Amino acid sequence: MSRVAEIFESHKSNGKPTLIGYFPAGFPTFDESIEACVAMCESGVDILELGVPYSDPVMDGQVIQEATELALANGFRLSQIFKLVNEIAQRVSTPILVMTYWNPVLQYGVRKFAEDLKASGGAGLITPDLIVDEAALWLDVSEELDLDRVFLATPSSAQARVDRTVEVSKGFVYAVSTMGITGAREDLDRKAREVVSKVRVSNEKQNVAVGIGISTAAQVAEVNSYADGAIVGSVFVRAYSNGGLTELKRVTLELSSK
Amino acid sequence: MSNSGKLRDQQGPYFGEFGGRFVPESLVAALDQLESTYRAAQSDPTFQAELSELHRTYTGRPSILTEVKRFSKHAGGARIILKREDLNHTGSHKINNVLGQALLTKRMGKTRIIAETGAGQHGVASATAAALFGLECVVYMGEVDTKRQALNVARMELLGATVIPVTTGSRTLKDAINEALRDWVTNVDDTHYLLGTVAGPHPFPEMVRDFHSVIGIEARAQMLEEYGQLPTALAACVGGGSNAIGLFHAFLDDQDVKIFGFEAAGEGMDTDRHAATLNYGRPGVLHGARSYMLQDEDGQTIESHSISAGLDYPGVGPEHSWLKDIGRAHYRGISDAEAMDALRLLSRTEGIIPAIESSHALAGALKLGLELGPEATILVNLSGRGDKDMETAAKYFGLLDSNE
Repeated sequence: MSRVAEIFESHKSNGKPTLIGYFPAGFPTFDESIEACVAMCESGVDILELGVPYSDPVMDGQVIQEATELALANGFRLSQIFKLVNEIAQRVSTPILVMTYWNPVLQYGVRKFAEDLKASGGAGLITPDLIVDEAALWLDVSEELDLDRVFLATPSSAQARVDRTVEVSKGFVYAVSTMGITGAREDLDRKAREVVSKVRVSNEKQNVAVGIGISTAAQVAEVNSYADGAIVGSVFVRAYSNGGLTELKRVTLELSSK
Repeated sequence: MSNSGKLRDQQGPYFGEFGGRFVPESLVAALDQLESTYRAAQSDPTFQAELSELHRTYTGRPSILTEVKRFSKHAGGARIILKREDLNHTGSHKINNVLGQALLTKRMGKTRIIAETGAGQHGVASATAAALFGLECVVYMGEVDTKRQALNVARMELLGATVIPVTTGSRTLKDAINEALRDWVTNVDDTHYLLGTVAGPHPFPEMVRDFHSVIGIEARAQMLEEYGQLPTALAACVGGGSNAIGLFHAFLDDQDVKIFGFEAAGEGMDTDRHAATLNYGRPGVLHGARSYMLQDEDGQTIESHSISAGLDYPGVGPEHSWLKDIGRAHYRGISDAEAMDALRLLSRTEGIIPAIESSHALAGALKLGLELGPEATILVNLSGRGDKDMETAAKYFGLLDSNE
């Protein structure tokens, strides 16, 4: 079982909520993003989702897009992702999933990217613009290297598509809570529950975490009442932008209820 | 899917290794719905009749052929014949695709369309169709383009559309597509993304091509009827590639007809300020499809450059990538300066002011004429008229007071 899956299993048996925290690699600079990610892991994030800055991030809202644009402007290069994973992994035991749009992986080489990720201590990939239909090579390589692969399930996904996503995802299934792009919203969509139900119908043993639209501790708790974890992104980026490490730690502690 | 061996029977999602669907899962249901609606419409005589009637009574099809004898004296005596898509309602080929997709929008029961636009021609065509069919219309346009194509912004707004200037990234067509995709992910239930070129995820490359294939079907028949022969060569400009594939498609299996696409070489192929994707890009994934694209070593999209907003795009439709790789079509670059010279030359020799986009094809045809010799007949897709480009042209040629 993967380390990500182990965390879900252990939290499920102890009745503990799970918080998955996103932060952009290289934001605002390479060194500062290491400190930010370590602080998040030390303050209660259970699984780290490290985002690769990309020129055309169609699934990200404004807060994250501005952060990743800054990271690129400050000179972030793709090969640094592995060094970043490695530096964080040496300081905390939190499993690290890399969230990346597909073209950077394609250009680096799917196999080479996976091998370098494995060597750096990364747990796997979350791929927002790679659907299972187009993922044959990644399925093979991740199987061979025993890396997690997290695919998305959405409110509009037919049950048959959810079934396939549940079947091939490793670590967990990323349930998109609203149809919209990332960015904290006041209310969680009832659609999140529907997506989680579809995943449960397909295989009740598969872990499912809800992301996109979660901004408060109450929402994290609510999501954990029917799903296996809550994924939070924009709030951490905004916290860091507003008040640096101090504010980032405070928000992480608040959201993780620790 | 099916491939009978004829190039023109090629369907999506793949053209060789190009195409596919590299999109967020959130869009798959909408793409499936679009594909099934389109497949049903393809075999529905009612749909075809409705579209043909719109072409005849609204767009003004068939568009005519015009032989440009004074212009072609500059091409070594080769004959040059223009397919006059500039005479279509709204001033370019874009209306062909827009009317087709607007009819599909109605069939899907959706009430809102969104569109991206570079030069503004697709935005204007979309706003036009929205007005005609009573649909809400939002057009995303890079902030840079809203300035260089201000006249088209006014046209869209007059037609009742909302134009949203895009201020992310390079603030041009690529970023307008990103914003349109974001809107679609959020509002997919009631919204159709009326994509304006042959790029994007399946079924867009195939469907948009089919809606524009009327250009080549008409032109092929007109060549045979009016000139008694097929052309020696075809010439069209290529940004995303919709007008080009529209002309090329009917001729793909005519092995004697040479096919040339002309990309924007911007400030020159020896600079890094161009939009010559097929010449200088390499395969990658952008905006939902695998195709040639301009990108750096890390797979980050590189900003393109062209004096023509409509060609200023770092990607290209997957079918063009395939046609390039199998050697059926050839893609070359035309610089800003060459295109502008051709724009002025056609204006002064024939009394036809072409769009800057189409001027790339004209400049390409001048070179082809010298290459192929006086016996050659070159059919050029004059994809749009130049009214929208008057400010750019006036500045370029110094026709306005410098303090204006």
